[in-house]
Amino acid sequence: MASTVHLDAAAAVPLHPAAREALLAALDDGWADPGRLYGAGRRARLLLDAARESVAATLGARPDEVRFTPSGTVADHCAVTGALAGRRRVGGHVVHSAIEHSAVLHAAAGADATAVPVDRQGRVDVAAYDAALRADTALACLISASHEVGTVQPVEEVAELCAARGIPLLVDAAQTVGRAPVPQGWSLLTASAHKWGGPPGVGVLAVRTGTRFGAGLPDGPVNLPAVVAAAVGLEAANAEAAAEDARLRPLVDRIRDRVAADVPDVEIVGDPVDRLPHLVTFSCLYAEGEALLTALDREGFAVSSGSSCTADILEPSHVLVAMGVLTHGNVRVSLHRGTTEADVEGFLDVLPRVVGALRRDAGVEGL
Amino acid sequence: MTPDRVLDCLGRPCPVPVIELAKALPSLGVGDVIEVLSDDPAARHDIPAWCRMRGQEWLGEQARPVGAAYLVRRTG
Repeated sequence: MASTVHLDAAAAVPLHPAAREALLAALDDGWADPGRLYGAGRRARLLLDAARESVAATLGARPDEVRFTPSGTVADHCAVTGALAGRRRVGGHVVHSAIEHSAVLHAAAGADATAVPVDRQGRVDVAAYDAALRADTALACLISASHEVGTVQPVEEVAELCAARGIPLLVDAAQTVGRAPVPQGWSLLTASAHKWGGPPGVGVLAVRTGTRFGAGLPDGPVNLPAVVAAAVGLEAANAEAAAEDARLRPLVDRIRDRVAADVPDVEIVGDPVDRLPHLVTFSCLYAEGEALLTALDREGFAVSSGSSCTADILEPSHVLVAMGVLTHGNVRVSLHRGTTEADVEGFLDVLPRVVGALRRDAGVEGL
Repeated sequence: MTPDRVLDCLGRPCPVPVIELAKALPSLGVGDVIEVLSDDPAARHDIPAWCRMRGQEWLGEQARPVGAAYLVRRTG
């Protein structure tokens, strides 16, 4: 059987060859404790500083504003808890979009939180966001673009509203960093290396100088070889980003067009234009998400789903729910630098047959 | 509101409640109201989404001791 075509880049992409090379070199060269003063330690410190400088440049940050964490999830948790602790005297209220990453929602779960609704395309309502900000709002959060449906969020507009009130804004930019310019105006920003072709186990937390941060910034030891590889991978991803954007956008358009034409009763969700370059989501009426994923996997295609039956908790995706779109039969396809046109065509050839077979088995054809 | 038909989908996972609703639709008269009983967390979202996709009228939900009743009027 041919190897599986990985179409779940939004979860993780394969290691970029430049990152892989850097990882192998850093395993030999960057094993020492960067806190030590002997030669190997100083060498490790230089590598860490260079990685931080490189990542900071991408984010539009100063090197001393950037920390590495064990994952994007940890970065989100640190950002929320640290910002809340730092602004305790102002209040404990959190404003976030209804479509944040679950790590942000979990971290904010104990707080007095207001979720700002999104429209049917999955874009947050700026006026509603403005109205949700209060005198005791300690933190505002807005994801740069939806990791589930790809819709780009009005980060810079919301950043202006927050800045005018002196409220720090956390931007989870995991899906944007390494693919598109990072939006400006953030006070705290998070990202995750395995989304851009770095190794798993490296998150980024940037905290703008002057942002009150109460919990102490994460400052423990880092997996230095992985951090070095993440930084090299990000430089490589940035260098290719414009070309990849131009290559992947038409492939996503092709998926949107052909799924709509070839699969009956399908709802393609998310903004068709103002979106991430590499991601598309659709829901197939009457099809069961888990069965769809399993059948596609059997055909050699790895995709993701926001349907409840595919989640550990039996709740459907909070993003699809917030948009008011169909939650069952959901498929998210996300592309990366290794995805070829032939991979996409192969998927599009298989999908109508897979959905048709599931519907036939369930006896729902023609409903 | 007294429904013209009640569809008991308690204990049945998504997308069964939506499928059963779609199967029942042709047997309803235009203007009739059908009540779908479900305790599946996706039904709350998928039944209104189905109504939008199929041009049927979503009337809302009522809490029940187990799950909820989702009300739909056949409009065409």
